[in-house]
Amino acid sequence: MPSLTVALTGNPNTGKSTIFNELTGAHQKTGNWPGVTVDKKEGYVNYEGYDISVVDLPGTYSISTRSAEEQVVIDYFQHNTPDIVLNVVDSSNIERNLFLTLQLLEMGIPLLIDFNMKDEAKKRGMSVNMHSMEQLLGMPVVETIGRSNKTMQKLLDLFISIDMKRADPSGMLKEYIDSIETIRNSNKPIHVIEEDVVAARYAMIDRIVEKTVTFSETEESCSEKIDRYLANGMFAPIIFFLILYAVFQITFSWIGQPITTILDHLICVSFAGYAGDFFCAVGVSDWLRSLLVDGIISGVGAVVSFVPLIFVLFFCLSFLDGTGYMARVAFIADPFMRRFGLTGKGIMPLMLGFGCAVPSIMGARALDSEKDRIISMLVAPFLTCGAKLPVMALLAAVFFPDHAANVVFGMYLLGFIVAIFAAKLLGVTLLKNDTAAFLLELPPYRMPDMKTVFLETWDKGKGFLVKAGTIIFVCSVLIWFLSKYNFHGFAAQMSESFLALLGGGVSYLFVFHGFATWEAGAAIISGLFAKEVVVSTLGVLYGLADADTERAAEQANLFLKSGIGTDFTALSAFSFMVFLQLYTPCITALGTIKKEAGSWKWTGFSAVFSFLTAWVVSLLVYQIGKALGLG
Amino acid sequence: MTLRDGKAGMVLKVKHVADSDLKQRLMAMGIIPGTQIKVLRSAPFGDPMAVRIRSYNLALRREDATMVEVQKIS
Repeated sequence: MPSLTVALTGNPNTGKSTIFNELTGAHQKTGNWPGVTVDKKEGYVNYEGYDISVVDLPGTYSISTRSAEEQVVIDYFQHNTPDIVLNVVDSSNIERNLFLTLQLLEMGIPLLIDFNMKDEAKKRGMSVNMHSMEQLLGMPVVETIGRSNKTMQKLLDLFISIDMKRADPSGMLKEYIDSIETIRNSNKPIHVIEEDVVAARYAMIDRIVEKTVTFSETEESCSEKIDRYLANGMFAPIIFFLILYAVFQITFSWIGQPITTILDHLICVSFAGYAGDFFCAVGVSDWLRSLLVDGIISGVGAVVSFVPLIFVLFFCLSFLDGTGYMARVAFIADPFMRRFGLTGKGIMPLMLGFGCAVPSIMGARALDSEKDRIISMLVAPFLTCGAKLPVMALLAAVFFPDHAANVVFGMYLLGFIVAIFAAKLLGVTLLKNDTAAFLLELPPYRMPDMKTVFLETWDKGKGFLVKAGTIIFVCSVLIWFLSKYNFHGFAAQMSESFLALLGGGVSYLFVFHGFATWEAGAAIISGLFAKEVVVSTLGVLYGLADADTERAAEQANLFLKSGIGTDFTALSAFSFMVFLQLYTPCITALGTIKKEAGSWKWTGFSAVFSFLTAWVVSLLVYQIGKALGLG
Repeated sequence: MTLRDGKAGMVLKVKHVADSDLKQRLMAMGIIPGTQIKVLRSAPFGDPMAVRIRSYNLALRREDATMVEVQKIS
């Protein structure tokens, strides 16, 4: 079968990824380009007997090796000669888009230039004369209107019929490339040469635009009108919080969490129950049954039950991203974020941390610099995620029945304050280097391409399931082992297990914190597995069989009557809560950091850094509290 | 004046881009001498600012905008 390779290149926000997704559909694989956190997307399409493989290069404004994305594009063209390079250009924004086009042509890469979003350009009163454009550059051109079957048909027909070897730069283009060559060979200092090249490029663009584009007056565009509310002054943050609130409601109350609860019940209760009965019936030994049911099935359940949350949340975010709103969020949040050494783009990943650290860490990928990405991943777990909430709610209800809501709110606030100050601290110490400038395109609002939204969602969900899933699974089995065994074999009760032993060991770390009991130690260890497990561990240890995370407040009284009331004072309980709020992320979050940062170094750092922060802050709380006579 | 002093609604013309680490990036994004810039609006507290250059909208911090020397047209 004849085969073809097509590389897609172009600026961000030109509809390039939409074209890629519409062309290849589900026949894609995504990975990372070697050595960098830049998505590598390849796909396949079979058309009229041709086997066409398509690679979607990262969207860049230029190729001058300033960013990892630009380096990827340069490296790609140095090592590959695709049959066709499709340069996607936003027709409503030709001037800036042609900058990359010219840069590619200067490198001697023949281009098939796709003037996309013709409809949008028309709305803005612009039209491009395709015939003169083709004449002027000597490169084949095509005009498309974004997502539509007709567009894809048109492109595929071109792919199989066109012969790029016959694309011959026009006289004007050759002259231009020669003039760039002359500038490069002059004896001026390198930065002057670079500036002269940029100026020459824009001069060329002005000439092209003058000859091919006609402008007519139009009214203020729709995007401008919307931006007067969504990206202007003090009104904008209010709308942002409303939208964020809606996303959280959809994810954690309306769609995601209910599905998670059902799945969790199906796997960890129903299926585990049947499996247990089955193993019993066929005579599987106790320890093996426990491993299969309490270890493996619960472990798988823990991974799987996260998946609906991840899918729903990323669906919402991909959708918002597709509309162009995310750029506005970064815009309005920048004044706040910059005080802590971050840029506005960091607000969304950080806010997600209030839902769950996992999507928050995954969301850090969208940030510009490695520094911002790492900082964002390290501080997000300080926030009160959905799983810490029941822990806080329970302890607050037990020890501060009259002020429970205020105490829980205080924990939220504490997590947030620690997160932003930790960001500042990491920024000026460990990760100081470039303060990346904040230059951000505000693309026009668009209706997102649903295929792209679904594919992105699927991609994130699958990535989480496979990569983080393996780590979570292994750790779940480990926790199972610790809580069920001791040196003599199978432990009848948790209080006799390795976990209790370790808890006792760990408790020595908290002698000055007021909660140096093995129960607290065991709860802390089990919280590494998943934060909400702290509730059930405390429940088991203090002899309440079914500590239910849903009814924290009602159980508070029962709890207080058990041993917990004598083990903790109000102050030591508060210090314990502070510790639980801030300490080492759960293994799911750590697994995600490993996947996203690509190194054990940062994973280990995150674990230790959060532990130390929690240790110090909770110590301060307890000792200062005691000095003030509160304990 | 520099772009930093731009207020919503002003139309400015770039005279010069000062030497800095940012110069190349600003120029690649289309901010070169002679380019017209329209100031659109600002984020809360007046910073960053949104401007229109060569038929697209760009957000930048006022601090970085000091690099761009401009002349007021209207």
